[in-house]
Amino acid sequence: MTATEPSLAGRATARPARPRPAGPSRAARTRRKWYEIIGLTGPALIVFTVFVLAPMGFAVYYSLYKWSGYGWPTDFRGLDNYIGPYGAFRDPIFLDALRNNAIILVGSLVIQGPLALGIALLLNRRFRGRAVFRLLAFVPYVLAPVTVGIMWQLILLRGGTVDSMLTGIGLGSLITGWLANLHVVIWTMLFILTWQYTGFALILFLAGMANIPEELTEAAAIDGASWWQTQRHVTLPLLGSTIRIWMFLSMIGSLQVFDVIWVASTPAVRSLGATNTMATYMVDHGFNQREWGYGNAVAVILFVISFIAALLFQRFVLRRDIEGAQTRRVS
Amino acid sequence: MIAKRRLGAALALVATTALVASGCSSGNNDSSDNQSKGDLYKNPVTLNWWHNANQAGPLQTYWQKVANDFHALHPTVTIKISAIETNDLQRNRIPAALLSGNPPDIFESWGGGEISEQVQSGYLKDITADTKNEVASIGPAAKIWAVDGKQYGLPWDFGIEGFWYNKDLFAKANITAPPTTLDELNADVVKLKQANITPIAVGAGDKWPAAHWWYNFAVRECSADALTNASTKQNFDDPCFVKAGEDLKTFLGTNPFQKDFLATSGQVGATSSAGLLANGKAAMELMGAWDGGVMQTLTPNQKEPTFLSWFPFPSVTGAGGSQTTQMGGGDGFACSKQAPPECVEFLKYIVSPEVEKNFAPTGAGIPTVKGAETGLADPVMQTIAKATQDAGGIQLWLDTAFGANAGTAMNDAIVAIFAGKGQPQGVVDALKKATSR
Repeated sequence: MTATEPSLAGRATARPARPRPAGPSRAARTRRKWYEIIGLTGPALIVFTVFVLAPMGFAVYYSLYKWSGYGWPTDFRGLDNYIGPYGAFRDPIFLDALRNNAIILVGSLVIQGPLALGIALLLNRRFRGRAVFRLLAFVPYVLAPVTVGIMWQLILLRGGTVDSMLTGIGLGSLITGWLANLHVVIWTMLFILTWQYTGFALILFLAGMANIPEELTEAAAIDGASWWQTQRHVTLPLLGSTIRIWMFLSMIGSLQVFDVIWVASTPAVRSLGATNTMATYMVDHGFNQREWGYGNAVAVILFVISFIAALLFQRFVLRRDIEGAQTRRVS
Repeated sequence: MIAKRRLGAALALVATTALVASGCSSGNNDSSDNQSKGDLYKNPVTLNWWHNANQAGPLQTYWQKVANDFHALHPTVTIKISAIETNDLQRNRIPAALLSGNPPDIFESWGGGEISEQVQSGYLKDITADTKNEVASIGPAAKIWAVDGKQYGLPWDFGIEGFWYNKDLFAKANITAPPTTLDELNADVVKLKQANITPIAVGAGDKWPAAHWWYNFAVRECSADALTNASTKQNFDDPCFVKAGEDLKTFLGTNPFQKDFLATSGQVGATSSAGLLANGKAAMELMGAWDGGVMQTLTPNQKEPTFLSWFPFPSVTGAGGSQTTQMGGGDGFACSKQAPPECVEFLKYIVSPEVEKNFAPTGAGIPTVKGAETGLADPVMQTIAKATQDAGGIQLWLDTAFGANAGTAMNDAIVAIFAGKGQPQGVVDALKKATSR
């Protein structure tokens, strides 16, 4: 986007110099521009309105009712589903869901980021079999989350692969109900998510590194910089925008995480607040418990939290990326 | 990102149902209800039939045959089947279809609180006048598909719940006869543990298999009146409900279940509770009459193990409720309000003695009409069929009886007791709370 803007501006200023006596009037050009805008964005706007904006409006509307899903909502309850005595913010299980989302969000940023960065730095060097390693590191991300959930569920069962391995290396005393111990199971979930999504961070970081001009690293080498110094002072700063974009995606993904949790932890463990997230809580209540009004209230809360998080992140972290600076302030 | 799409899908579903509903619901009057009986089978009609035999197997094959046979008998009636997974069917598809004003003509119905909600919203056809003979033949179980004395659906499968157990493991632990009292059950648990056998498997991960333990204690502790008040008036004040929780807590204290039961599912895979029993890894499981069919799919040779047998939930000494009433439930079908009269005829055909008798050998359930039980091939199923007939009374699964909303809240609170986090009073509190959202 930033690349095309200067050339457009250049053409606009160049235009008056060219003599075009037979061209359309300024008003006609403006009108045409508007037709183009409406013609090109209209279909998208309609789809966006019908499938995104209208459902959001409906969700807010439904969230004000106690509604079983049969017939039309008639039992108006105001904000009860949010802050009433039985509203979301007074339900300890929903507060557990918020805490679990927070654990996953922070855990993903703190563990996946450095881990993926380390692997990316390693895989960015030239060595035999690099393509194979890159592929292997990326495989978990390609698997469907449901497959991942079921796979880890089987591996982590009592007496399963993980337990045998731990016993084999003399750590048998560590064995616990990885999927049943209510204090442990959220960390099991974080582990599975890390296993799956580190590959995503990795591929982004590798792509970012491929964009760093080789001249810069060569220049650093000529100046006598060690490999570490090169990574620290050339690669990492230039990777900044990629890392920030990944943080953004990871953050939103963590707030809305659903599938792995849904598959790898049982309904009982979720309903006890040990692994449930806002999204699983919403489906458990909205659909399975037939509290459609309440489920919509949870959906609205999830939306608002994600939206605010996205706005704040854009405002304070992504701003300089959007403004186009590669590293620190260039002016 | 996938999660984001799911959220979008959920919202879109809500929006779509809303759009569809606003378009369709206004135009429905009950023209079909006014059709005179003389028109029956005169005009060609198509019946959309939604059932839950979504996995290839004897029941799915049998329902197709039933549809074909009915079409052969009455060529004007064409039956279009959709087989949908139970949970999806019950929680999402049927409610959405009813709301949209374009529901299937005949569909799965589990009775109890759910059917009464559907009746209150005016979704179901009153079949009282047409099905008097069938209701008489089915007996008390048919009441579960009736609301305020009017019949809205008929069960084709009904059975009580009890303990499926492994005769070989019982013999290994020197247990000579199945327990008839809770004290005997406790003694057997001790014996099995001494023989290094997991006494009881429970699929607590799915919540309801754990909750059924509380239901059975509630049936033993509560009078029939207390249970009726709970189902119909949402009155849970009788102290027997707290006592049921105390019984459960005491029983859990004897540590009778497999390790990590919160992570064990009920029916999926060899590591589920049914799989543990089917593969000789546990001696008992408290489960409905369908368990044999489930276990069949979980053994290496895909056959129901021959070591299986069955006994009903034992009596609890000193408890105030009926000691012979059994917990049970079944599957039925109901016709939607706008369905043609042929729908009722087809429903009656499904529960006719011949069709029910031929349903029995599928092993998918226990037929409901008199005389059809002779078709049962499996000795365990014959035992359950006899115990169902002999039961002093039958109480529908409490979660079905109380409706999806209170039922789920109750199950959550019971699971909390299993997890050591909840108290007996918590179940009663959850039940009272649930009706407020």
